[in-house]
Amino acid sequence: MIDMPLLSVEGLSKSFGRQVACRDISFELWPGEVLGIVGESGSGKSTLLNCIAGRIAVDGGKILYRTAAGDIVDLATALESRKRHLMRTEWGFVQQHARDGLRMNFSAGANIGERLMALGRKHYGSLRDTALEWMAAVEMPGERIDDLPRSFSGGMQQRLQIARNLVTRPRIVLMDEPTGGLDVSVQARLLDLIRRLVQDYNVAAIVVTHDLGVARLLAHRLMVMRHGEVVETGLTDQLLDDPQHAYTQLLVSSVLSV
Amino acid sequence: MYVAVKGGEAAIENAHKLLAEDRRGDPDVPELTVAQIREQLSLAVDRVMTEGSVYDPDLAALALKQARGDQVEAIFLLRAYRTTLPRFAVSKPIDTARMQVSRRISSCFKDMPGGQLLGPTFDYTHRLLDFSLLAKGEAPQAEGNGGSVADALPQVVDLLNAEGLIEQEKPDPDDAPVGDLTREPLLLPAGRDVRLQNLTRADEGYLLALGYSTQRGYARSHPFVGEIRSGEVSVEIDVPELGFSVDIGDITVTECQMVNQFRGSKTEPPKFTRGYGLSFGYAERKAMAMALVDRALRAEELGEDVTAPAQDQEFVLYHADNVEASGFVQHLKLPHHVDFQSELTLVRTMRAEIAAEREEALREAAQ
Amino acid sequence: MTIQQSYAATATVAGYNFAFLDEQTKRMIRRAILKAVAIPGYQVPFGSREMPLPYGWGTGGMQVTAAVIGKNDVLKVIDQGADDTTNAVSIRRFFTRMTGVATTEKTREATLIQTRHRVPEMPLTENQILVYQVPIPEPLRWLEPRESETRKMHALSEYGVMHVKLYEDISRHGHISTAYDYPVMVNGRYLMRCSPIPKFDTPKLHMNAALQLFGAGREKRIYAVPPYTEVKPLDFEDHPFQIERWPETCALCNAEDSFLDEVILDDRGGRMFVCSDTDYCSERQAAGHRGRMAAPYKEEAAQ
Repeated sequence: MIDMPLLSVEGLSKSFGRQVACRDISFELWPGEVLGIVGESGSGKSTLLNCIAGRIAVDGGKILYRTAAGDIVDLATALESRKRHLMRTEWGFVQQHARDGLRMNFSAGANIGERLMALGRKHYGSLRDTALEWMAAVEMPGERIDDLPRSFSGGMQQRLQIARNLVTRPRIVLMDEPTGGLDVSVQARLLDLIRRLVQDYNVAAIVVTHDLGVARLLAHRLMVMRHGEVVETGLTDQLLDDPQHAYTQLLVSSVLSV
Repeated sequence: MYVAVKGGEAAIENAHKLLAEDRRGDPDVPELTVAQIREQLSLAVDRVMTEGSVYDPDLAALALKQARGDQVEAIFLLRAYRTTLPRFAVSKPIDTARMQVSRRISSCFKDMPGGQLLGPTFDYTHRLLDFSLLAKGEAPQAEGNGGSVADALPQVVDLLNAEGLIEQEKPDPDDAPVGDLTREPLLLPAGRDVRLQNLTRADEGYLLALGYSTQRGYARSHPFVGEIRSGEVSVEIDVPELGFSVDIGDITVTECQMVNQFRGSKTEPPKFTRGYGLSFGYAERKAMAMALVDRALRAEELGEDVTAPAQDQEFVLYHADNVEASGFVQHLKLPHHVDFQSELTLVRTMRAEIAAEREEALREAAQ
Repeated sequence: MTIQQSYAATATVAGYNFAFLDEQTKRMIRRAILKAVAIPGYQVPFGSREMPLPYGWGTGGMQVTAAVIGKNDVLKVIDQGADDTTNAVSIRRFFTRMTGVATTEKTREATLIQTRHRVPEMPLTENQILVYQVPIPEPLRWLEPRESETRKMHALSEYGVMHVKLYEDISRHGHISTAYDYPVMVNGRYLMRCSPIPKFDTPKLHMNAALQLFGAGREKRIYAVPPYTEVKPLDFEDHPFQIERWPETCALCNAEDSFLDEVILDDRGGRMFVCSDTDYCSERQAAGHRGRMAAPYKEEAAQ
């Protein structure tokens, strides 16, 4: 059903002691849509992402996901086994630091093939071919298939992370500052790649970033967060060109060029 | 012609005989008695009892004699013996507040009710080898009130408690089950009862190193010695048929309460936190190290980030038992030639393949 | 006579119960064994006791043996395939002292076999129990050091990472480079370690007529493969599991189908290969088979 959202978050709340990280957050995500969550550090955006991914237990609210089979799962209360399975198949998570999202002691090919092996693929030759295909898709040189991630540049490690996640054709990919820590030219090329892949494979994505330039390039819609709350949402260009909320105006104006 | 080497039985018999000879040493030197070890090497006895989990100075002394002074080996002997002992009761918790104290100190206060009682300690000795002990001379008797005993000394932590300055230890209800590592395997996450049991049986050197690491910055907890007290406590068991509890004997224990890094938040006023150590006899270094590690292992409970080895429950608790550690480390001496043979075969095969590939490449290049 | 009394009558060392452990402890171990048999390949935690041999030297296997051994059993103990290696001798002596039970070096005569690192070459029968000594029971241990995580992985059948390791071996060495203690899938459900038996022995676990029990004393786990259970080594379709091969046959009995130990003869690289399973080798020699190094056969003096 195309007219039903892929993900529907309702009233999500999370606090750490007296510190409110997310207050009553609600939004929807549609197939093939890229949603950007922007804000300064401490705004709660990374916490929100980790709650959605099921890594942190929420204090309240629902995270309703429509699976490929068509049923609705509330990830806030689902069994851990269900969540873990979804995170390896229909979902992906690209971490800010590659070491958190890759097996650093295993080769590029092994990293890409892991999800497939977990699903029962048992032909070494074809696993290797699939890995090469994906390396090409993320513009990594195929002859590095047996190299370890620590021998790659930061940009290539991120490409590897992306390939590792996309190999099961996930329907949603979460990204936490995917280009953070990379230098500007590398960032630009990586963003181009992400934009193309998201389009080619019709992946919905939630991208958390403090960088409005990244948001502008990748996201169709934006949510601005401050102190655990969403202060403004809207289509990316509209929001960035004509911010309504005072805080958004502050954010936009403090960036030299977007 | 090849003759299979047999005779493992005979080899073992001979090894036992040699061991017995070496254990005895020079026959012209008088044989050590168990009583001598018990009396004159009492700190070794204390360690063996603590880590062997059996309070019996004579058995611990016997184990030390049989083990030729190797404490880890003696601990093993005692543990193996313990396996055969039937359990007929579980005692009530010992009450260290009612201890007959022979040593009691605190570094938090210059003085407190009951005073600082040094007792028999190495602390203020100068570590100079005393050659008068080489001769058969008697050590001088303590003058004054050496060996005095005080009882019903208030716990220093209770003094801090009265002001609400230190976190309360909330005891579990009397009928709550207590974990028992001598009966059940360690499963994580482990409750504090199981952790403390694991630590008290743990290798002293291991705990010492871990405790030391916390003082050097691997998860600092700003420790102070709230109190160390050593002395006798009575062990009581409930006898249902009698309807009251019975004192079955006294044991000597050393207890260390550490006062650590205070914690507070916007609503909770800050309080000191605690670490606890307990050992048999006068094993004071052990009790102190244990208290440091206990506090470190409470990191998650106290909302601290787990960053250092001493805070890592799995790492600390799984490697603390020296009977397990010694066994596994030393098992490497056992024959492994079958597995090694498998590895040899594999490596030779891989090398042969590479050599064949190289030859093939050379041949092709030559054409 | 009660069971206690009859055991006391057989025990040969005063003051110790039959087979060393008290009856409560044996019962606890048997319950763990039953659970293990009901869930093939699953590691059951149990309250392992300190034994008079060190942890790491077979205490797990010994506790399993002590829990199942009876007066009428005939016990065989081997290490590296041989009955007279020092540790096998030590363990056999322990049980002789603690049970008075008959022992044997002949596989076909034994009802209970405790083994370290080998499976006997002769096929076993439904009347036999094979007890393996296990140092590290957890197949995922080198990939994931945390016990809390590996228990979850087993519960959720998350075994992908094991295949990742095998993939990596092939990409680096051209082969799966696990030579012993090979990971296997038991009954299509649980990933299991066979204990450090060589790859060569792994196929023997599959559909074995005997009950196979695995004891890890230090790690405090028991697991089992019931008779006639499927045990499949992990591999890839295009890199199938393969056992070791030798360039020669056994120098004493000429066997082509047994695991061979390498013996260095001199310092000029002279070597020979002999059966690791000493009983198998001597049976073959008794039946007339000769290898290139065998002396003319003499009747061995009765043991």
